[in-house]
Amino acid sequence: MSTALIIEQLLNGLQFGVMLFLMAAGLTLIFGVMGLINLAHGSFYMIGAFACAAVAAATGSFWIGLAASLAAAAAAGTLVEVAVIRRLYDRDHLDQVLATFALILIFSEATRWLFGSFPLYLDIPPVLAGAVALPGGAHYQLYRLAIIGIGVLVAVGLYYLISRTRLGMRIRAGESDREMIAALGVDIGTLYTMVFALGAALAGLAGALVGALQSVQVGMGEPVLILAFVVIVIGGIGSIKGALVGAVLVGLTDTLGRFLLPKLFTVFLGPADGATTGAALASMLIYIVMALILAFRPKGLFPATA
Amino acid sequence: MTLLQVSGLESFYGASQALFGVDFSVGQSEVVALMGRNGMGKTTAINSVLGLIRPRGGGVRFIGRDIAGMQSYRIARLGIGLVPEGRRCFPNLTVRENLVAAARQGPWTLTRINSLFPRLEERQDQYAHSLSGGEQQMLAIGRALMTNPQLLILDEATEGLAPVIRQDIWAAIRRLKADGQSILVVDKTLAELLPVADRCFVLEKGRTVFSGKPDELTPELQDRYLGV
Repeated sequence: MSTALIIEQLLNGLQFGVMLFLMAAGLTLIFGVMGLINLAHGSFYMIGAFACAAVAAATGSFWIGLAASLAAAAAAGTLVEVAVIRRLYDRDHLDQVLATFALILIFSEATRWLFGSFPLYLDIPPVLAGAVALPGGAHYQLYRLAIIGIGVLVAVGLYYLISRTRLGMRIRAGESDREMIAALGVDIGTLYTMVFALGAALAGLAGALVGALQSVQVGMGEPVLILAFVVIVIGGIGSIKGALVGAVLVGLTDTLGRFLLPKLFTVFLGPADGATTGAALASMLIYIVMALILAFRPKGLFPATA
Repeated sequence: MTLLQVSGLESFYGASQALFGVDFSVGQSEVVALMGRNGMGKTTAINSVLGLIRPRGGGVRFIGRDIAGMQSYRIARLGIGLVPEGRRCFPNLTVRENLVAAARQGPWTLTRINSLFPRLEERQDQYAHSLSGGEQQMLAIGRALMTNPQLLILDEATEGLAPVIRQDIWAAIRRLKADGQSILVVDKTLAELLPVADRCFVLEKGRTVFSGKPDELTPELQDRYLGV
């Protein structure tokens, strides 16, 4: 097992984690600030991927596609918030889960109707094609490095937005006492719409970025949504920092688990049984990690101070 | 000039009626006391003015506009600053963030708040949950002033505070009055409230039962409406 391979797997884990962060950031803000469980967050991921693939195919430019993915997901988020989600803030979580589950079905069927059942493909932009040489003799896909870079930029930007700007103060104030911030003259309804649209845009960005690595198809958002929920539960609901740490933790654990566990069990159980046991355990690993973290930190790693 | 005019106000808490006809008014640069025993409807009246409870009857006019039934953020933006019962500072924001988050342009700035309450400046980077009760009260007042309201509403601003801190709060209220700030005060300490008030309204069981100057509120009336 070479160092180059390990570095590559570490970076894969980091890239996966960053992508999960883009999903989890919106989810944790929406859950933390508005108290809303949004199962349809995975649909914004799908919308972003489809918008990027369709616009990139029509214009020939990945970058216009990327801009379109942000715009489409934010627009879908705004529409959904105003038309549906707004009515759900004061309802209990079961109603929210039912309504947003219905939204998943609606978005999936609408996408199937618009684009058909066959997956779309999105090419990596030429500027980011190819690989870079890393210290230790490893070569790594430039595009995946770019995803890591974008994720870090978004994390820094979000942290700044939440902790340093007036908008961020109002979001946090709304998190602790929504009625009071309204009584001070802040239009909390518009604020919620903006937060929701921002979360949707980030999910759309994640979908578009990943769309160039995988196929773009209906239902691509739901597996990621489940992982994003694991991330925000591990990180502490409502915390951007928690979402980042949780996402990187889940990304690394999952990727390295799938890589290392079969090898490890092969040593003890022989190649046939070892590989099966290792692979089975690897797919459970993040849930085991989540259970362990919750056993010791029931509110997650970075519980939002409220 | 009349700033706030409340007439025949009726409000409900769920199915049960809490206000049956409340009347009071606050004029420009006037300090008005809203009094009454616990549970007589003072906080309900204030919450109805600010749209936190939707009034079911009667009128609420602010600077000549009918504000009954408007959303509370719109009412606040017209120029009403609320210091709510129980202070309700944002615990997960720092002192400075609490002051700045909802601030609007006007004569009140962070510098002026800090000179009114120097203790807030000392604590500006602390989270509000780490403040003492008195400091939280100062913060709640500062936060409302930072919205540069034409009318400041203080609901039980000295309740549960140590005597020294109460004096600080009353001193601040007197300074605000001297600056010409219009204030509506709900408080139970008559000894401090009556000297600073220009006019008084007394609520009993959801109705206004007395209105007049502080010296017209005789010991007999005080005993009848406010005594325990």
